[in-house]
Amino acid sequence: MTYLFAAYIATWVIHIAYLGHLARGYARLKKEIEGLEKKR
Amino acid sequence: MKRAFPILAILTAGLLSYGLYGALVQAPTEQTMGDVQRIFYYHVPSAWTAFCLFFVNLVASIVYLVRRDPKADALALASAEVGVVFCTVVLVTGPIWARPVWGIWWTWDLRLTLTLVLWLIYVSYLMLRRFSSSGQTPMMAAVLAVLGALDVPLVYFSIWFFRTQHPQPVIGGGGSIDPRMLHVLLMNWLAFMCFAVLVCWSRYHLEILRRQVEETQALESLASGSAR
Repeated sequence: MTYLFAAYIATWVIHIAYLGHLARGYARLKKEIEGLEKKR
Repeated sequence: MKRAFPILAILTAGLLSYGLYGALVQAPTEQTMGDVQRIFYYHVPSAWTAFCLFFVNLVASIVYLVRRDPKADALALASAEVGVVFCTVVLVTGPIWARPVWGIWWTWDLRLTLTLVLWLIYVSYLMLRRFSSSGQTPMMAAVLAVLGALDVPLVYFSIWFFRTQHPQPVIGGGGSIDPRMLHVLLMNWLAFMCFAVLVCWSRYHLEILRRQVEETQALESLASGSAR
């Protein structure tokens, strides 16, 4: 059971880490868009 | 897609939960390997999903090479990135299954080695896109994607044509599978495919937005330069 749970947890850790990376990308872009709007 | 996104997200969450329930509870315990065999319900659908994403990457790359459509290029990038994530899951869950079953984490078996090569090809593709600033990058990446996709059928058919340590194919390979196991396997594949579509769309949308922002920034700096 340890190996089974390790595999399932590893799967979701990888997916959640990637979703976090995407969320950071969106946040960075949002800041850049706000910066551009302020300039205008 | 924007309107369908929340509905698809809820549907995906439901499918993933049902898939997890099926894998842990509904599917019968395999007699030889025991519970560790249940890793198969995440490992195999992740591999199939990665193959589908690399196929999308191939089609989008060909479309880019023919039409020079930036949207096709963005889709190629998004599908390759999400495909690498799923391929990473395959390369991580495989050894976790192999350790109790084979007694080793890894062996340089044809299927395993080709899967690692596939992962390395698409990681190189992403690195090329990330670190090359040449205007030719999308075209070079598209060519690499077309060549890299040749490894997908090699990975898939390696266990059909060569004697490998990796288990034989569960579908179409002459073996048999309990219908309850097959149901859980296909359910998890459907769930992972829906999840991949959502993540891929988000990455595609992010890439389109990033390009628009970069274009606006370039125009603004040009405008401020000419104003001086």
